[in-house]
Amino acid sequence: MFTRGPSLGMRLVLLTVASVLLMVLDHQRDALRSVRAGLSVAVYPIQVLVDLPFRVAGWTTESFATRTRLLAENRRLLAENLESRVRLQRLAALEAENSRLRALLDSTPAVADRILVARILSVDLDPFRHRLVIDKGSRQDVYEGQAMLDADGIVGQVTRVGPISAEAILISDPGHATPVEVNRNGLRTIALGTGDSSRVTLPFLPNNADVETGDLLIASGLGGAFPAGYPVAEVIKVERRPGEPFMAVEAEPTGALIREREVLLVWGNPARGLALPAESESSGDEAEPEGQAEPEAEVGAGEEPGAAQAPETRPATAPDDTEESTDQPAEEVETDSEAPQT
Amino acid sequence: MSARRTRIRIVVLYFLVALSLEVAPLPGWLAPWRPPILALTVVYWSLHQPGRYGVGISWLLGLVLDVLGGSTLGQHALTLAVTAYITIKLCQRLRVFPIWHQTLAVGIIIAIHEFLNFWIDGMTDNLTGGMMELAPLASALLLWPLMSGVSNRLLSRN
Repeated sequence: MFTRGPSLGMRLVLLTVASVLLMVLDHQRDALRSVRAGLSVAVYPIQVLVDLPFRVAGWTTESFATRTRLLAENRRLLAENLESRVRLQRLAALEAENSRLRALLDSTPAVADRILVARILSVDLDPFRHRLVIDKGSRQDVYEGQAMLDADGIVGQVTRVGPISAEAILISDPGHATPVEVNRNGLRTIALGTGDSSRVTLPFLPNNADVETGDLLIASGLGGAFPAGYPVAEVIKVERRPGEPFMAVEAEPTGALIREREVLLVWGNPARGLALPAESESSGDEAEPEGQAEPEAEVGAGEEPGAAQAPETRPATAPDDTEESTDQPAEEVETDSEAPQT
Repeated sequence: MSARRTRIRIVVLYFLVALSLEVAPLPGWLAPWRPPILALTVVYWSLHQPGRYGVGISWLLGLVLDVLGGSTLGQHALTLAVTAYITIKLCQRLRVFPIWHQTLAVGIIIAIHEFLNFWIDGMTDNLTGGMMELAPLASALLLWPLMSGVSNRLLSRN
């Protein structure tokens, strides 16, 4: 029965050594990325097979939908489309203004342009982690760390990329942290996932920080993973605890983390990341005198080109570089910063 | 020859279905209770065909599951190879046990499989579920008599 090849125990020992080697290479060195990418093509049929019943169910409900329901939906979409287009007109003007101001400040434009719709496969990876599989991969130029959005905000980022599929992590995963800022005042902090898809927490805000229930949290763009300015979550609970150094703040993600079947992949502007080293040097000289002259408004604007730097040296109340909050200070700075240069 | 070929086909089908069920979506409250269905399938075939479906195939299946489920590469390969090894070592005794006795023994094998997984998850910082991580063990105990009974009846007819 067990006569072929090495004995059973010997085989187990060999396989154990092989697995330990694989685990070390994969976990500590991250050296097996291409192997995993290749194997992911082999298992993709299984994922598609598992997804198939849900796809068929969705297709069936779609094709047997009643005429009145379709008409109602159509009407709603038309109204929505009209509204969005009106907003878009205003946005185009703002965008142009923003890029003009940024050009004056010698800063890089921060507008993401390319967007791709990816479908989420109905595949459960781990009940305790919030991860999912999407049907786009490196063939569509998806890259590791790419931001994933839906219509209402940021939902997650890509963690592993295969040729035709990719794995992603949601912002509600207990192992995920999203750099955010309060839209109202530019207060920067980190939003941690909780394992509950309707909650993220903000554990690093001091008790005197200016946060209120209802505040919108947007991506700050620090760390470079998420494009700045997209909504992330809305604060729903603020609890100041006098005995503790930090307050307990909870927020609800604005994106539909579990209900969504489709997500948008966004290609941020690569120039922003690449141009950093040179930019931050030149802007550092100018930022000094301005910061002393008029600290409140100038600090954020002067440091603006270095916005994607590491967060540690950042003052917690620095205003930020998104449209609403910077239009005002940016215009003031513009004249000041030109003066010492020329 | 052809009988053997159908048998191989059946086994391949079993493993494919088991792999699919490992990642099939479950409603949220049920998700932590997903039984380790591939481990159970490995136990089943190691028990009934110990010469043919041994540690090597289990190791490869584990590797596929690692890629499919996004766990550390080699994690399930190791745990499933160990599972197959223990089952093959005990298969002579396990096969003559009455079903409830056999279920307990399989439960212990699955428990070893699960704890190896916890151990590796712990070392790679993937242990997040707390006590709910033990739920699959309970559902495995419930599933084994069912799966074993149905498969035995189906296969003895062939």
